[in-house]
Amino acid sequence: MSTIKTQYNRRSFIKVSAAASGGMLIGFSWLNGCKPNSPELQAGVEVPKEWFEINGYIKIGETGMVTIYSPNPEIGQNVRTSMPMIVAEELDVPWENVVVEQAPLNTGFYQNQFAGGSLSIRLSWNALRMAGAAGKYMLMQAAANEWGLQVAELMASEGVIKEINGNRSISYGEVASKAVGIEVPEELELKEVKDFKLIGTSKKNVDGMKIVTGKPLFGWDFHRDGMQLAMIEHPPAFGMTVKDFNEEEIKSMPGVKDAFIIDTTIEEPGMFDEKGFKQLVAIVGETTWPLMQAKKALRVNWETIGTLESSNLHRDRLEKALASGEVTESRKDGNPEAAFKKAAKVIERSYTAPFIAHNTLEPMNFFANVTEDSAELIGPTQTPEALEGSVAKLLGLPLENITVNMTRIGGGFGRRLYVHFGLEAAAISKKIGGPVQLIYTREDDMSQGTYRPTYKSVYKAGLDENNKLIAFSVKGAGLPDGPVFPNRFPAGTVENYSAEKIKADTNITTGAWRAPRSNFTAGAEQAFLDEVAELAGKDPIDFRLELFDRAINDPVGAEHEYEAERYAGVLKLVKEKANWGASTPDVHRGVAAYFCHSTYVAEVFDMIIENGQPVVQKVWCAVDCGIVVNKDAAKNMIEGGVVDGIGHAMYSQLTFENGTPKEMNFDKYQLIRHSQAPREIEVFFVENEIDPTGLGEPGLPPAMGAMANALYKAKGVRYYDQPFMGTDRRVIG
Amino acid sequence: MANFNLNINGKNTQIDVDPSTPVLWVLRDHLNLVGTKYGCGIAQCGTCTIHLGDVAVRSCQLPVSVVGNQAITTIEGLSENGDHPVQQAWLEHDVPQCGYCQAGQIMNAAAFLKHNQDPTDEQIDAAMNGNICRCGTYTRIKKAIKTAANSENA
Repeated sequence: MSTIKTQYNRRSFIKVSAAASGGMLIGFSWLNGCKPNSPELQAGVEVPKEWFEINGYIKIGETGMVTIYSPNPEIGQNVRTSMPMIVAEELDVPWENVVVEQAPLNTGFYQNQFAGGSLSIRLSWNALRMAGAAGKYMLMQAAANEWGLQVAELMASEGVIKEINGNRSISYGEVASKAVGIEVPEELELKEVKDFKLIGTSKKNVDGMKIVTGKPLFGWDFHRDGMQLAMIEHPPAFGMTVKDFNEEEIKSMPGVKDAFIIDTTIEEPGMFDEKGFKQLVAIVGETTWPLMQAKKALRVNWETIGTLESSNLHRDRLEKALASGEVTESRKDGNPEAAFKKAAKVIERSYTAPFIAHNTLEPMNFFANVTEDSAELIGPTQTPEALEGSVAKLLGLPLENITVNMTRIGGGFGRRLYVHFGLEAAAISKKIGGPVQLIYTREDDMSQGTYRPTYKSVYKAGLDENNKLIAFSVKGAGLPDGPVFPNRFPAGTVENYSAEKIKADTNITTGAWRAPRSNFTAGAEQAFLDEVAELAGKDPIDFRLELFDRAINDPVGAEHEYEAERYAGVLKLVKEKANWGASTPDVHRGVAAYFCHSTYVAEVFDMIIENGQPVVQKVWCAVDCGIVVNKDAAKNMIEGGVVDGIGHAMYSQLTFENGTPKEMNFDKYQLIRHSQAPREIEVFFVENEIDPTGLGEPGLPPAMGAMANALYKAKGVRYYDQPFMGTDRRVIG
Repeated sequence: MANFNLNINGKNTQIDVDPSTPVLWVLRDHLNLVGTKYGCGIAQCGTCTIHLGDVAVRSCQLPVSVVGNQAITTIEGLSENGDHPVQQAWLEHDVPQCGYCQAGQIMNAAAFLKHNQDPTDEQIDAAMNGNICRCGTYTRIKKAIKTAANSENA
């Protein structure tokens, strides 16, 4: 039996229980996961008359219905289902008795309330299990008190507590009122992995019915009576700022209540305060369409305060950075220079990728209601705690006077780690002295920045006369940060190795974009290795497995950031599942494997050419992410990552002229569409008992490499520059 | 401003708006029907798809003045309780990730299946290509459309 220390949360549990006795603990009911009286609720039990707060994650009604609070932002990674599943597992209740509600930001109680780095489940795994186990203990202790027994003399399962040596039994619902406030011991028992009943199964998205029936769930769907709408206009180019505008004319337009310039500059900005522009024009009114007209009627005097950059300039800067830029991280094993000199064969290739936008389908928006001494914020954020802090700085209010609540989020991908739009909403609300919802047009969003940086990397490999890899080097530059992870694969597998991460300047703002750095490096590295394997006359999977053998048996250097056995494990699994080695006429295969966010993924693509265009017919994915919580939803994540990886490798890019992106909407900015997606994706998980690791990001990076490698087989041409099918270099079969 | 009588989800509704107002904003701002989403405003992403009569249209590019007496159906009116075969198929395949595009996908698929009860993969691609899913749930959407087609045939 495994146990877990409760110390961190114990005080909070007690505090929460005490607060609960005075009324509702969590009062954010507008966007509750399932309102008990809603027709779509298909719980297995009656709606209770009374709820009893067990701890900050759990409340139980007298009928046995259980509410579980999901603490983290939901951006489509399905944590509103998987996080409560973990609580329900340890609490041991039937899943059909569970309803889910979104918890508010509560930094004193919950930990790590953010959606980023594929960390939600990984960081909260223990806290969620503890919450469930603590709830179960409290209910059992309450039953033990009733019967004059010890907890050890009872067992609990499926929402019912039974006497081990007797006939008495009582349901969680019946005993819940007496469990409130029971103290939790310093150590709690957790289930063995083999005893899991919920974790590892497939449970449907708890919001599925609401999504398919169009219920208000998202930030942009939020409404409060008396609330105004606001839109912004930011400078048309990076390197510009706003001076003034035709204020009186705009204010006199129908449907416009007010128009002014806001400034969201704050002291000591944090890492999530990155934003394109601090000063913006804001227009306020009651409905959207008149505001859109007012935006078109704006005549703004912009002032140029920096370089107006172009894509040509960016290419030059990357070149210069690779030649003589500042190295920010590096690693060197052996003597690569000497090894390249004595190598029988040397190959060097360059890879590039453009700036890309996140393009969450729900554009930025946020609700703010700022008064003299408080601020209330509601909307789609991946980092509610960072938003709270930044709003406090902007308004000069103490943290405790600010509340942040999270709606469902129409896509994250890193875009909503950055809090500027919440800050802008707060600034506008303060100016008008009332509640407001800020909304962005697609163009506002796509031209604002926080993009994935543009990158260029040069890879070089040397083989000896036996086609053994004896030297490997990578230099990678980015605007502004380089894409290289010096201690990741193939570090540890090659005697003579060098990796350099190089930075260079830009005034285009950048940020974390799904699988930062990996979203370029995996494609480049895995395409390069394919070419090296070919030069060595080796099968690409066997070639990689040979390298992992070295890392397993006799690793080069002091350390590397991956477990070679698990890395090799996913390659072996995908090899078996895809029946690698078999060949089908006119079907072209590519493979790639990558490790990021503590998860290992290998992918095999089968490509055919139809009407001159490459079509991915089938994808096999092998994934080692430790314990899988919600199996079918986990598959969905990996499938989406594959599609996203193909899409951005093939089609998407931002190009700049005079500081302005030329692509500002989906007419010019290409996102992958139905006909370009793989026809079939099959996902296989390695079964083990390792604590869960990331899932939201790791499916994407290897897809870029597998795509490049399958394209080579299909067309006989190597692709080095993303997007492979950009408008300036369309591939015709 | 002008008065318009609209038939939305089987109900007659009167509104007073500028005639150029796209139906998307009439639904969202004036009628509190927020299931229909804004994604691009230029008919390129499909999140705002509704039915005009039994044809799928992009409501962001549909001025309220041209609707006339044609019936409008939104995601809220596709079925009483989420039991339209397309909605049921979406649930069966647990399609959504973030979910933002799905109302538009469902409305587009429902209109498409009215005209083609036994679609091929290529026909599905062609019909659905105007609907972007940023999360990449395309393979599930295709499966769900096939399931819905089969259940509608049954």
